[in-house]
This record gives sequence, C-alpha cells and structure tokens, in this order.
Amino acid sequence: MNEPILRIRNLTKKYADKVIFQHIDLEVKSGDTIVIIGPSGTGKSTLLRCINLLTRPNEGQIFLNGEEITAKGINEDHVRQRIGMVFQNFLLFNHLTALENVKLGLTKVRHMKAEEAEQKAIGHLKRVGLSEHMDKYPGQLSGGQQQRVGIARALAMDPEIMLFDEPTSALDPELIGEVLEVMRDLSKSGMTMVVVTHEMGFAREVADSIIFMERGSIVEEGSPEELFERAKFPRTREFLGKISELYGKKEKKGE
Amino acid sequence: MSAWISLFQRYWPDFLKGAGITLELTFVGLLIGFVLGLLLALGKVYGSTWLRRLCTAYIEVFRGTPLLVQLFLIYYGLPSLGITLNQSTAAYAALGLNSAAYQAEYLRGAIVAIGESQMIAGRSIGMSRWQTIFQVILPQALRLALPAWSNEPISLLKTTGVVFLIAVQDLMAKGKRAAAASYNPIGAYLAVAVVYLGLVFLLTLVLKWAERRTKIPGFEMETKSS
Amino acid sequence: MDLGNFLSYIASGTLYTLGASLIALPAGLILGLLFALLYLYGGKVLSNLMAVYSTVMRGIPPIVLLFVLYFVVSGSVNLSPFLAGSISLGIISSAYQMEIIRGAIQCVSGGQLMAARAIGLSQTQAVREILLPQALRIALPSWSNEAAIVIKDSSLIYALGVPEILRRAQLISASTQQPFLAYSAAAIIYFALVFITTRLLGRLEQKLAIPANP
Repeated sequence: MNEPILRIRNLTKKYADKVIFQHIDLEVKSGDTIVIIGPSGTGKSTLLRCINLLTRPNEGQIFLNGEEITAKGINEDHVRQRIGMVFQNFLLFNHLTALENVKLGLTKVRHMKAEEAEQKAIGHLKRVGLSEHMDKYPGQLSGGQQQRVGIARALAMDPEIMLFDEPTSALDPELIGEVLEVMRDLSKSGMTMVVVTHEMGFAREVADSIIFMERGSIVEEGSPEELFERAKFPRTREFLGKISELYGKKEKKGE
Repeated sequence: MSAWISLFQRYWPDFLKGAGITLELTFVGLLIGFVLGLLLALGKVYGSTWLRRLCTAYIEVFRGTPLLVQLFLIYYGLPSLGITLNQSTAAYAALGLNSAAYQAEYLRGAIVAIGESQMIAGRSIGMSRWQTIFQVILPQALRLALPAWSNEPISLLKTTGVVFLIAVQDLMAKGKRAAAASYNPIGAYLAVAVVYLGLVFLLTLVLKWAERRTKIPGFEMETKSS
Repeated sequence: MDLGNFLSYIASGTLYTLGASLIALPAGLILGLLFALLYLYGGKVLSNLMAVYSTVMRGIPPIVLLFVLYFVVSGSVNLSPFLAGSISLGIISSAYQMEIIRGAIQCVSGGQLMAARAIGLSQTQAVREILLPQALRIALPSWSNEAAIVIKDSSLIYALGVPEILRRAQLISASTQQPFLAYSAAAIIYFALVFITTRLLGRLEQKLAIPANP
C-alpha cells in the first residue's frame, strides 16, 4: 500500500483552556485534492498551520511521506521547504516585485544561482498566467493577481503538498474565478492539495474527498457525491444546504 | 550611594525652587506657543497664499534652528536692535516662539482632519466662516489634536533645560550650583535628572487626565468617516 | 572684509557641529537597533530593561544627560570635550531611535513573517530579508526627524566649551559688538545644515519608496 503523503494522527490543539480542534485523524494520498469545509472558527486554518508547523499541536503526530515531522529535533525550516502554503490575505512580500517574491525562496533557501532561480521563477509565473506582471509590486496588482503570485511562490519550492487557507475569501467576486482556475489545473496535474474553502462548486468539481469539520472535530468525510447527495449526518446536510443556497446553487437534497 | 542621598537632602529645597521655575517656564512657553501656534495653523489652513507662505516660513525657521541659538539671538542679539529683555522674558519669548512652530503643526493637522465637511455643515446653517471655525471646527480639532499634542508639553519641559545658560535660575541652574559646591558633578546632575523625571511623570499624569476629561464618546471613529 | 573673516570663522564651527552629528547619529542608530531588537526578541527581562531605559532616557532633558554622560565618560577615559560630548549625544539619541525602530518593526504585519517562514526561511533570514527592509521604509520619515534633532541638539556641546558654531558666534559677537549679526549667522548656518539634511533624506525616502497604485 502506498504511504500517504500526509498522515495526521490524533491531533489536538488548545489555546489555554479553549479547544481549537481535537483528535483529528486524516490521510492524504499522493495526487489527491482534499477539501475541508465547515463553519468559520472551527479550527480549519489552525489545522493547516499545524501541518506546516507554523503552529505546534498540543497532542498527536503528523507524518510527511512517512517521516514524523512533529518529532523532537526536527528542523522546522526544512520541513516547510517541502510544504507549500497559500494564504487568505496573500501575504506577498510588499517590498519585492512579483518575480522577486517567487525567486526569494529559490535563492535564499535552496541556494540556487540567481540566473537559474530567475528562469524557474519566470516559468512558474507563466504557469499562473502572470508573465507580463512580473516586475510589478504587490501594491500594483489586483487581489486575484496577488493570490496567483502567492501560488507561484509556493509552487516554486517544488513542494510535496500544497496547503490552501481560504485562498479566495478575501477576493472580490469577479476575481475568484482566475484563482480557482489555477487551482483546478494544479489539481489535475497531480499536485497533492489540502484546501480549506467555502467554494462549493470547486469542492464538488475538483475534490477527491471532502471533509466537513465543525467545532473542532471531523463530522463526516467522503467523496463529493457521497457528501452532497447522500450525507450521513443531518448536520452535514444542513450545512451543505445552507452554503449551496448562499452560493446560488440549489441542489437536490436527499432526506 | 549614601553620599548621593545626602547631596539630595542638602540641596532639595534649592531643587524644588528650581523645579518651580522650570514649570513656570514650561507653562508660559506652552501658553504663548499655543496662541501663536493656533494663529499660525489658522493662517496656513485658511489664509491667503501670501499668509500661508509667511506662516510656513516661520515654522520652517523655528523648527530648523536650535532653541539655544534662538535664545541667544533674542537675549544677546536683540539689544543691538534696541529691544532689551531681561533673562526671564527672553526665556519666555524664545520658548514661546519655538513651541509655537511645533504646536502649529499639531493643530494644523487636526484642523485639516476635521475638514471641509464640517465647514460646509456650519456655513449651511448660516454661520460665517470665522463663526464656523471657532464654534464647530476648533472645538473638535482641539480634542482630536490632544493625544499628539500631549508630546509638546513634555518636549517643552525638557527643552527649558538650556535656559540656565543665560542665567535663568531654573532646575538646571540649581544643579550647576550644587555640582560646584559639592565637587560632585555626576551626583548633582543625576539628582537633577531624577527631579526632571519626576516632573515629566507628573506632567504625563495631568495630560492623561485632561485627555479623559475632554473625550467625546465615539469621536475618533466619527472623524475617520467625515 | 572684516565681516568675511568673521563669518568664515563662525562657519568653520560647522566642522565640529557636523562632526558631532556624524558621530552621534550612527552611534545612536547602532545602539538603537540593538536595543530595539533586544526589546522585541530578547525575552521578558531584557524587554523590560529596555523599556525602562527608553522611558528614563527620554524623560530627562538632553542637556542634563549630556552633562551626566560627559562627566562619566571623561571621568573614565581621557577624551576631548568634543568626543565625549558627541558620544554622549549618540547615547541620548539611541533611546529615541530605539523607539522609532521598534515602532517601525511592529508596524510590519505578522503575516509577512509567517509567509516567510512558510517558504522555509529561517527566523534570522525572515527578519533580514523581509522584516528589516520593510521596517526601514516605515522608519525613514521619523528617522529623518531624529537626524534633524541631533543636528540641533549638537548645539548643546556649546556648554562643554566645544568651539562649534554657537560658541564661535559668541566669540565674534563679543569682539565685534555685533551680537545680532553674529547669532543670525549661526542661525542661518544651522538652518542650512538641517534643511540640506532633511532634503537629502527626503530624496532617499522617495528613492526607496515601494511603488503602489493609489
């Protein structure tokens, strides 16, 4: 059996007395796109940030390609080079151009030569459709363009897995499409992805598996067909129903 | 350490007197600076091109030169033009003229922030320009300016430290006397430093109290949208 | 003709004034940067220590600090009043510069550092490549102001007997009985120094500004 790229075992995170999430078990196979949905504030973002060790879990283990990254003595910086993250607020480096944003990890972390890094960076910017804008600064780009640069920046590091933390939530509606398209292409090309989002259309179309999280626990997990048409738990059906209405897609709901 | 404490015990009445003069200098300088600063700010915001340029020139000159030079110019230089001031008056004048330049900027910023919309509102109910300025804009602007402006009294208190160089008997002058008399300059000036810290602390408390007393609930939010 | 001589005598005090500023400002910057980093990243004890240092140093008039530091410095090392005074001015400025740098660093959003860590940069790399370049641009206007203040405060070394601009103006005023002229000359020279410095730093600000669409 193939070792999953990502395995999370019994993960728990608390801040003081407040439980953010607990006893999370999760597996992501190579090439899969997992979409995590659920009401806001249920720990989805924190979970993502635990995966790339930006936050430390209180309990539990995370395995990246079989290696336990939550073990003591692990070099966190090295782990983060293997995991790509795309943020809700893009978080592009404000003082650098788009090209420099993508190049930085290559020159400073992978210690590539400048010309090689530049060629690679240009390639990635082309892939997300931004080659004409590579010398622009974040302040000169639209939200959708900034987010695509953010995706290119993460991809440039050749990560084993890509994490997306509500990548389109901060975008104006007409700019969401261009970002989702990049993500769709990425998924089709075989990248392993974990996406936290409210975009149900994307989830239905692109996800190999959807996870519904609420109040710090996984309520239900399954393929898009299973969850959207035959959800086992009423709470899942309730949430999907509300969200689908909100996004204007009324689906036939099983009872 | 005990030598230092005994120095303090010996000279603290002197220091207290000096502190009184220092506070007086600060207060008078602040007052003169406020009136003049307000005029400069109004001149810059509402004046003719010529007046605006004059006010800007004043502000640039007084912010672009050291207070000590201004002080010497007024005390030592003016007599040769026929204007002779005694030490205290020269000190008040220098501190006031200097502070005015800084206060003008705080006040101007606040007046501009209150903005056009309040002027339009005032004029639209029939008030004249100056009525609107004094009844509508300034009351709001002064409150808005208070947090930033609070830097000025403290800054001025510290600035008064140089006037002992024209023989004004302020706290620093007393320190100099204590230094000479006790042959312990470091101890004397450290003692003076402690007293200044105390004065700054008291002044800060007074300013915080003033800020609380004059606050209009929700005001800071309002001005952002107007 | 005499006037020319006298004016150039006063102007030569500029060497001392500029010299003092060129010692004090960089000294204040290095110390201020160190103190700011200690305050932000040095742990609770150092952080509180730096906070106290900042409050105390900024609550005492520069002239008082100058005298204290001057006597302390010249008590331990044999330095000219000029050097002792300049170093003291640097120490005084370090407290103000610490606040400027600290404020600027805190202005850079935490998200910037998070994004830097996310692509695998170490903490040191993140601070160096992402935090400091942005903090520098934020700090520049306030720092410009501090530079002007240091030039003006350098006039305080008059009280230590250093033959800078003001001291020379005083000598000329005494020998020519033309105090107004002498002190006006001093004022004009100081003004020119502050003006030029502010303009130059303003140009630097413009050069470093990050382009953005309004």
